[in-house]
Amino acid sequence: MAAQTQSQFTASLKKYYSFYTGGFVAFVIALAILEQLGVPNKWLGYMFLFATIGLYAGIGIMSRTADVAEYYVAGRRVPAFFNGMATGADWMSAASFIGMAGTLYAAGYDGLAFVMGWTGGYCLVALFLAPYLRKFGQFTIPDFLGARYGGNIPRTIGVIAAIICSFTYVIAQIYGVGLITSRFTGLEFGIGVFVGLAGILVCSFLGGMRAVTWTQVAQYIILIIAYMIPAVWLSVKQTSVPVPQVVYGFQLEKVTAREKVLTADPKEQEVRGILKARADAATAALKEPDKAFAEGRAKLESELAALRAANAPEDQLKKAQEALDKFPKTVEDAKKAWDKEKGLAARAAPPRPHADPFPGKDEKAQDVARKNFLALIFCLMVGTAALPHILMRYYTTPSVREARQSVFWSLFFIFLLYFTAPALAVLVKYEVYHNVVGTAFSSLPAWVANWAKVDPTLMSITDLNKDGIVQLAEIVIGTDLIVLATPEIAGLPYVISGLVAAGGLAAALSTADGLLLTIANALSHDVYYKMIDPNASTTRRLTIAKTLLLVVALLAAYVTSLKPGDILFLVGAAFSLAASAFFPALVLGVFWKRANRLGAIIGMLAGLGICMYYMYLTYPFFGVKAPLWWDINPISAGIFGIPAGFIGVIVGSLLSPAPAKDIQELVDHVRYPNLGTEVPSRAG
Amino acid sequence: MQLTQRHEEYWRRNLKITVILLAIWFLVTFVVGYFARDINEIRVLGFPLAFYMGAQGALIIYILIIWVYAKYMNRLDMDYGVHEGED
Repeated sequence: MAAQTQSQFTASLKKYYSFYTGGFVAFVIALAILEQLGVPNKWLGYMFLFATIGLYAGIGIMSRTADVAEYYVAGRRVPAFFNGMATGADWMSAASFIGMAGTLYAAGYDGLAFVMGWTGGYCLVALFLAPYLRKFGQFTIPDFLGARYGGNIPRTIGVIAAIICSFTYVIAQIYGVGLITSRFTGLEFGIGVFVGLAGILVCSFLGGMRAVTWTQVAQYIILIIAYMIPAVWLSVKQTSVPVPQVVYGFQLEKVTAREKVLTADPKEQEVRGILKARADAATAALKEPDKAFAEGRAKLESELAALRAANAPEDQLKKAQEALDKFPKTVEDAKKAWDKEKGLAARAAPPRPHADPFPGKDEKAQDVARKNFLALIFCLMVGTAALPHILMRYYTTPSVREARQSVFWSLFFIFLLYFTAPALAVLVKYEVYHNVVGTAFSSLPAWVANWAKVDPTLMSITDLNKDGIVQLAEIVIGTDLIVLATPEIAGLPYVISGLVAAGGLAAALSTADGLLLTIANALSHDVYYKMIDPNASTTRRLTIAKTLLLVVALLAAYVTSLKPGDILFLVGAAFSLAASAFFPALVLGVFWKRANRLGAIIGMLAGLGICMYYMYLTYPFFGVKAPLWWDINPISAGIFGIPAGFIGVIVGSLLSPAPAKDIQELVDHVRYPNLGTEVPSRAG
Repeated sequence: MQLTQRHEEYWRRNLKITVILLAIWFLVTFVVGYFARDINEIRVLGFPLAFYMGAQGALIIYILIIWVYAKYMNRLDMDYGVHEGED
């Protein structure tokens, strides 16, 4: 392939991936036929899992390399279009694929913060970073910090920040991989994690960035097909128009009308009343837990005694005994149970109006919701423009020109999924509001029971007011379930469920690959090669890089198998952390020549410090529970970290002398795609 | 190397287009978001306007911003002779 010109290379890529897409579609059709012939679902699941992972492994092995530029930046010849696709897969994680439509289902308009934040950030990438980083043309983001600000301290802070945010993010991905693998095949979660890990490693281990790039393109194609088919099918079913993104406005109108009916419905109000009473009772009990525990127990005991004394029939006695057995054994257990009951208050509220921005009980609550909505968008956008695994992708295009175009293609491919997600949320809501609410418990659709069996916290419907009819307030549906269950909700064949799971797996694997590579490269390239042994041979550098990749991957999988807390916490934290640590130093590094080493050090430490400090204070996870600053939720901690970073860079720079002449020339070198007489691009 | 006046002008024009596009980005994201409740009465294709902007309108404008920037800058490179050699 070395003798090929760039345009021949692009042409053959187009040919390969067209064949590949056709082959994948044929594979899905073949499985659909097998399903009709009566092959059990479990086998179809296995075939999807192993065929797709085998495919990624094949691409990974074919792309193996022993060349440094190939390993770190895919030889810098990835055409804009394909880099866009790879960035799309790199970018869209398990959270985007599985979680986003569910978040929109639950949060309505307010969930659009994620849609806007995760797309609008690419404007910042395009305007402030991608072309300049490409011109700089090294291997990692800490490379830029090291060369622009001089010395090892800015580079080291960059390495640490890159590892912190990539590692928190990668755990969320591996968790997604484990979840899908275990659901899909019936393997245990811990084993599912390691099976998925094998899938991640076969892509990146032998070929680094080169292998990851070409598998990510393949993964993008699978994930976008898997996302579109159920949405289109549902749209045809409901409206007979196959373009869900255009017609769902009318479905949204019907959902809004239905919300009003359900809010006023007396049966719904009855159920909400029951839920509220239970929540209120739990709240009261929590005020004096010891007393409530003793009283509750005594009451059940005396009831049982009274029944015994009255020689009540056997079944009544049994019921009373069961109630007593179910009562918590200790005060601590009782407190936990009451805490859970207290949470029912959320379900006691009338349905949230889907299209209404910032619903709230009064003006003040609405203003707080709006403030948090805007702050979250800001943090997600700036975080997008600061995550090293995304920025790194723009090192791989052949030129500055293509780097600019590549951001366009990236956002285009991301857009295809992101403008479908809100449509999917509305279509599923329409389905639930019209076809599940109001049915008799005896004739519930099969998917309800199927998913309730998998995990009752994700799906449960209980007849609270004992009228035999499903009320909306009786339905619990987890946000992670919406996308995975859509094929069943729409009544599609099982092969589509398998396809969706394969798509979710592709999304999680591709992001995990990009992240692991970022961490391993920061360690092997920035720490080992740049700081410890600058004379290391190529073979040695690549051996170190591959070993570290393996170690980091195993460590991440091990941490994931311990199931650490809240996944959304990890993802949200990664964005705010990256935004606060990197964005100010990177942008001012290009746009302000005066920025210097002291400024970068102070700015990055201040940004990262403030951001972590606020998270530590306010995330319930850490248990400090300090009051919020200006009502800003901890997920948007970057709103304090980013300005702190900018102020830090500016103040620190002005306090110390302007950077040396060669650094200023580096800035010029980065700003102009070609200055004629080239400053040596291998700075440092 | 010493930058010529042409080079300085190229950079100024780059900053200008960056600021203009950034202003549009800010407008469709934060100004529209701030007034979401007030503009939601207006309907587009059955959607309330604020919902439409958040779910599609803003996204399309983001793509256009990036497209315009790439197109404009790639031309500017040629006009000011700072473009890269052909591959």
